[in-house]
Amino acid sequence: MTKTAERRLPAHTAVPPVPAPPPAGDRRRRRLADQLRAYGFLLGGLLCFALFSWYPAIRAVVIAFQKYTPGSPPEWVGTANFTRVLHDPEFTAAWRNTLTFTLLALLIGFAIPFVLALVLNELRHAKAFFRVVVYLPVMIPPVVSALLWKWFYDPGAGLANETLRFLHLPTSNWSNGTDTALISLVIVATWANMGGTVLIYLAALQSIPGELYEAAELDGANLLQRVRHVTVPQTRFVILMLMLLQIIATMQVFTEPFVITGGGPENATVTVLYLIYKYAFLYNDFGGACALSVMLLLLLGAFSAVYLRLTRSEGDA
Amino acid sequence: MTTGTRTLISPATLARPRGKALYWTVFTAVVVLFALAFLFPVYWMATGALKSPDEVARTPPTLLPEHWRLSGYTDAWDLMELPRHLGNTLVQAAGAWAFQLVFCTAAAYSLSKLKPAFGKVVLGGILATLMVPAQALVVPKYLTVADLPLIHTSLLNDPLAIWLPAVANAFNLYLLKRFFDQLPRDVLEAAEIDGAGKLRILWSVVLPMSRPVLGVVSIFALVAVWQDFLWPLMVFSDTGKQPISVALVQLSQNIQLTVLIAAMVIASIPMVALFLVFQRHIIAGISAGSTKG
Repeated sequence: MTKTAERRLPAHTAVPPVPAPPPAGDRRRRRLADQLRAYGFLLGGLLCFALFSWYPAIRAVVIAFQKYTPGSPPEWVGTANFTRVLHDPEFTAAWRNTLTFTLLALLIGFAIPFVLALVLNELRHAKAFFRVVVYLPVMIPPVVSALLWKWFYDPGAGLANETLRFLHLPTSNWSNGTDTALISLVIVATWANMGGTVLIYLAALQSIPGELYEAAELDGANLLQRVRHVTVPQTRFVILMLMLLQIIATMQVFTEPFVITGGGPENATVTVLYLIYKYAFLYNDFGGACALSVMLLLLLGAFSAVYLRLTRSEGDA
Repeated sequence: MTTGTRTLISPATLARPRGKALYWTVFTAVVVLFALAFLFPVYWMATGALKSPDEVARTPPTLLPEHWRLSGYTDAWDLMELPRHLGNTLVQAAGAWAFQLVFCTAAAYSLSKLKPAFGKVVLGGILATLMVPAQALVVPKYLTVADLPLIHTSLLNDPLAIWLPAVANAFNLYLLKRFFDQLPRDVLEAAEIDGAGKLRILWSVVLPMSRPVLGVVSIFALVAVWQDFLWPLMVFSDTGKQPISVALVQLSQNIQLTVLIAAMVIASIPMVALFLVFQRHIIAGISAGSTKG
């Protein structure tokens, strides 16, 4: 700060004073040059956003109303894509599975990290160890986690059934059973992703002022009451944020069903994104794929808008 | 008393003998739980690859491999052409990182310091893409990459199909812009008075001051490409160009289990190593994300 003050002072006082304002034409040229320079820096990024974010978003909506085959001119077909997709029995299955998956992921994948973070926050030893270990699965490539659990779920020598046998419990079909497949995938997704949730929640817990707990304890609040009346209200915002983020992420689930179950058994694990993939790359029906994308987009866009609204208002406060 | 802020349970409760006993019970339980839930699967994978095909399929399983065979790993390396696929991933990730650093940094610098006309509109357009979940747009994005508008070129099976879309990362760009916004004005003005051009200021003033945020963006960029599956699955139909994530799944159908497991271990090593080296920064970055939004 002082350095610039020193530097600026001579410019105003010493002999060659601030140059006289240049003529208007000159100034305009200067401003144009500034603008050109500013856009020069911006150009590369701008082009990439235009090509790979904005244009595809518009195109999704356009192609949703077209019969589109790469290489030949598109035809307008009105809402035919939507009606075709809506009448596909897989459509109902995909949405039901995606919503069930999201709900289960909220129940399991949200409750566990929440409790884990609460407990971890009380521990005073080996803090770094816990943080590293809980985040380790997040750094394992998702494809590897999926393949790993596919092996665990193997009905023969898979670790999941071996564990049940070891505990003298009845074995399960896991990802191969129609009614257990979806929850098996939720377990994989939870295992693979909860590290991030735990760490973020842990950071939020650490910002709770200790006096609040002290005051609550003086008022005679027991452990559960303290969680309920201090911890939860104090971290309400982070909880809500993480929930929304997780909803947005789990509604786009693809890798686990694609790798572990291939959408089966009997469509029990086909998800919306998986169906989009199938429409585009198996049925070559890009119109249908885009119609589905638009539906997913609208729903997720609404969640994202809420999320951004929340983070924005918190930032202002 | 000096052990930081107080949490749910008071230090006084913990100091009592009963509290102490309870604390260590819970502590041990959590250690065991973490070891079983997070470390054991990784251990199972790493040792599974060392077992013989018979031993892997045996019930009940063996905790330790009877013989430590490295052939699973060497077979995976040769049969699944891991060097080539790892190389593809490396090229894709490194390129995406470089493109992001150059173009996102330049764009963020422009938006933050050069006041382009309609800069607010551009920034709004960029931030709006945060609301549009990336995966929902993969199909139209694929169609765009398969036939670029105006120049009608296809980027399929070309690493550019990873590199260029990676630049359209609103999150990283916004992170950079926000950091640049907080740089002290006077330092930049001083450089300008000294006669430095905009590029010079970016290179020798802004970037050296931005090391922390550049580190965060670099890690995000590398990890994102390394972990991605759906997009490379769509863009690389040519087996020889596929990154390790896609190749693993494609080859998993008809390969011996021990060899596949070995390949999975090898595919995990780079990211796990990166994590262990930069764990403090990565964990601090994630934790900071929560409070800064």
